[in-house]
Amino acid sequence: MTTPEPGRHVPAIRLSGVVKRFGPLTAVDGLDLEVPQGIVLGLLGPNGAGKSTTMKMLTAQAIADEGTIRILDHEIPAESKWARARMGVVPQHDNLDEELTVEQNLRMFSFLYRVPRRQRREAIERTLRLAQLSDRADTPVDDLSGGMRRRLLIVRALLHRPELVLMDEPTVGLDPQVRQDLWGVISALRDEGVTVLMSTHYIEEAERLSDEVALMAKGRVVERGTPVDLVAKYAGTTVEEYTPQGSGGIAELERLVHEQGFDTRRTGTSLSVLRAEELPDSLRDRLGEPERRAANLEDVFVTLTGEAVV
Amino acid sequence: MSLTQQRADARPERHTRPGRFEADAVLGVVAREWILYGQSWRATTFAAIVEPTLYLLCFGFGMGALIGTLAGFSYIDFLGTGIVAVSVMFQSMMPAVINTFIKRRFLHTYEGILAAPVDVRELVTGEALWLALRSGVYGCVPLLVAMGFGLRPGPGMLLVPFVAFLAGFAFALFGIWISAVITSVRSMDYVFSGLFTPLFLVAGTFFPITELPAWVQTAAMANPLFHAVELIRGCVFGGLGPGTALLHVAVLAGFSFLMWNLAAFQMRRRVVD
Repeated sequence: MTTPEPGRHVPAIRLSGVVKRFGPLTAVDGLDLEVPQGIVLGLLGPNGAGKSTTMKMLTAQAIADEGTIRILDHEIPAESKWARARMGVVPQHDNLDEELTVEQNLRMFSFLYRVPRRQRREAIERTLRLAQLSDRADTPVDDLSGGMRRRLLIVRALLHRPELVLMDEPTVGLDPQVRQDLWGVISALRDEGVTVLMSTHYIEEAERLSDEVALMAKGRVVERGTPVDLVAKYAGTTVEEYTPQGSGGIAELERLVHEQGFDTRRTGTSLSVLRAEELPDSLRDRLGEPERRAANLEDVFVTLTGEAVV
Repeated sequence: MSLTQQRADARPERHTRPGRFEADAVLGVVAREWILYGQSWRATTFAAIVEPTLYLLCFGFGMGALIGTLAGFSYIDFLGTGIVAVSVMFQSMMPAVINTFIKRRFLHTYEGILAAPVDVRELVTGEALWLALRSGVYGCVPLLVAMGFGLRPGPGMLLVPFVAFLAGFAFALFGIWISAVITSVRSMDYVFSGLFTPLFLVAGTFFPITELPAWVQTAAMANPLFHAVELIRGCVFGGLGPGTALLHVAVLAGFSFLMWNLAAFQMRRRVVD
């Protein structure tokens, strides 16, 4: 057993060949993932991709059947308690104690995270400020709005100044305005140099907050990179959306585009053609009048995890 | 203080090893319960006082008028000491079964606690320790009530909180184990009717077990509540030899040890996939 020294050369998280099965279901299937220190990595994937199981394995609340996991150079699950002392976890489920006040909820976790007695008051005040809840310290959690509760849930994991924060779908179920408020909290973490692994299925969230994105599907990472690089690699710069008339029109357009080697995705009644800046004019003339927009991470996501890559 | 220094202070490897059972983690769980208790102490105290008072009033005066003395004691004295043990069992085992199940299954409380540097053994110990502490205090309330009904105070009574604590710890662990075994709220009916009732009826609480059939008397020896009742009566009235007292303590301690292992094992199965 080695006692790791803090240092940026050690990856915050390293998973190698991790497999997790639940009976006949393989939730995580040979997952390799390395998260360097100091970045925000968005773990993006559809429901059932294995994101939450991965998160649970990182806190030793699920044990991998195969493979190795190291967090801040601590072996998981054997040295999980050490790792958990240096990281914060924002759960998917709101498990705040509703009868208690905001301050009492934080105080409870200051004990669990072993914040030294002399630092406890400062830690609570700091996290209250970060969550913009200083004036709500004595409010029962039951009286908070959904956004305030979620902010409290996030900063509760920051009481002990963790080096790594795991967030499992931190904004799931919240309306867009509240979600954007929370992005401010997560951005502040990044500015402090905290490593963040955030699972989400909100593409805009991953695109806005993540230095890098790992796309998960069927229990493994299918692609990884910066949002800009991924978009450039799989969707180019421009997407053209064609809305054909009549039934069967989309299938015909798809056939024409695929024949020329371009990827497409269906969006409702229209067909999105990726990397449209490279479309030859001869083909464009046959497709009709498009609506043009900038390519985005959603195009990559759907291409790699949802629709077939042709 | 620098950010690096604050983080370094918070790193527990400065003073412990992974896998080691840590008192700090247990105290963290207890501290959490203490804060929660700040919200619920009125209701808890009300129940702890009213229930034994009603038992003593109804059974003590009602049955006591018919029975007079029992096993050499006035019935209200006999009952008062028995109810201390029952109260300990209810104060520890009931919340251990119900609250622990709700916290695990519906409130996701343990997901939060286990994401902190706390392991399942420490979680189970902390929960049981808190309930034992509470039982150690509230378990003595029936004794005070019984004094109001004429029980003569004695120095041996000062040992009752310690017996109540030990019994409370054992029953809390028993309850936590049950809560981790059952799979639904409906299963609690089996627990309350099939386990609680025989436990507190066949323990010498309301009447001496010597009046029961021989096989039931034998079965009562395996009932930890019986040993708690005997110890408490021994403390209050005296007359319990050191060997017998040690035997009762050993049974409760052994039961605690067994239940601690079972509770930690079963809870781990529930909260770790």
